[in-house]
Amino acid sequence: MALALQTFSTVGDANAALKATGTRYLGGGTLVVRAANEGDISVSGLVRSTDPSLSAIEIDNGKARIGASVTMAAIARHPELGAIAKAARAVGGPAIRNMATVGGNLFAPAPYGDFAVALLALGATVDTDDGEMPIEDFLAGRDGSRAIVTSVRFELPKAENFRFLKVSRVKPKGVSVLSIAAALEQAGDSTVSSVRIALGCMADRPMRARGAEKALIGSTLNQDGIAAALAAAGEGTSPITDPIASAWYRAEVLPVHLGRLLLG
Amino acid sequence: MAKVPVQFTLNGSEKAEFVEGGTTLLHALRDKIGDTSPKGGCHQGTCGACSVIIDGELRLSCLTLAETCGGADIRTTSGLAEAGVLHPLQRAFLDAFATQCGFCTPGMIMAAKVLLDHTPNPSREDVVEALSGNICRCTGYEPIIQAVLTAARANSQNAA
Repeated sequence: MALALQTFSTVGDANAALKATGTRYLGGGTLVVRAANEGDISVSGLVRSTDPSLSAIEIDNGKARIGASVTMAAIARHPELGAIAKAARAVGGPAIRNMATVGGNLFAPAPYGDFAVALLALGATVDTDDGEMPIEDFLAGRDGSRAIVTSVRFELPKAENFRFLKVSRVKPKGVSVLSIAAALEQAGDSTVSSVRIALGCMADRPMRARGAEKALIGSTLNQDGIAAALAAAGEGTSPITDPIASAWYRAEVLPVHLGRLLLG
Repeated sequence: MAKVPVQFTLNGSEKAEFVEGGTTLLHALRDKIGDTSPKGGCHQGTCGACSVIIDGELRLSCLTLAETCGGADIRTTSGLAEAGVLHPLQRAFLDAFATQCGFCTPGMIMAAKVLLDHTPNPSREDVVEALSGNICRCTGYEPIIQAVLTAARANSQNAA
């Protein structure tokens, strides 16, 4: 079926057009064109915006603002985004990274959306045409969201305070068995003073590992120190089952990989 | 539904077509323009067989809408040979037996070309990374990796 694509120079006009039934926003195309190719007849029209602010990366005083149309490749090569480059490089192969956008990644269903896992660990703020909200709230309500995402904002972590791991069976690049991101700070005595851990593929969308976070505060990053956090890693998870791995397998290997990330 | 005009440069020549809204670049290239070098494998962005170079960047033509390519410079494998002489990558793929059924080959060659355009002397790891979005079910990848490394050496020898 033919798809009508409408292009607008401003986000506001694009958002008005997106109110029509059957329309979806076209970013890099890796989600919505794929859906159309698979025969998703709920998509009858596409809307996009060429507003230049959507493609901008701004770094100011340790804070980053990344426009929703910025691609994974642009993040991976940006000299000031080195701390999170690994998460951007984890997405797809080179061609996908040249197309896939930050905004789209926020909507990618598991097993996709590895970069959104990183954003969740960083406690990002999501800006939409309707206002801003914490990424947790955005992810929880994304299925009903009709407001175009314009950017994400977060405080840039120090490289040593941000850890990211994507586990795939196909090397070097495959779809996620799971992904884990951790933003972690240690006090002078090297005990953990603050931590946010986000998990991919352990639910239908990225989620926090709050049990593990709680258990880690005040602990030292060694085998004994992280034992309680690993035991709590699966709390509240409901992993997906897909051709990559079963829910059972994902649940079994999560503590192993979280342990490697924390001790690595 | 009204057709939409698209105009771009394909391997150096101007092309203009009317396509239905939502037509992918892959469909436009193969079925409208007649360049069948990009292949339709999965149509999901997973296999890389449809890879083309748009404005110097590797893209998947199956997930790119033709109407978003207005004014773009598009390169496909069919434009690589010059005056009947194969491109060094094509020659290396033949010599290294890096092609069996051939379905993945044009995508592999486009991915390798972008790599060599930016990194003339790649390491083995660079090659593996550059080809990581392209699936081959015949060769086991090793001959393909060797072919790209061989083509890189041939290029640097020519340049020296």
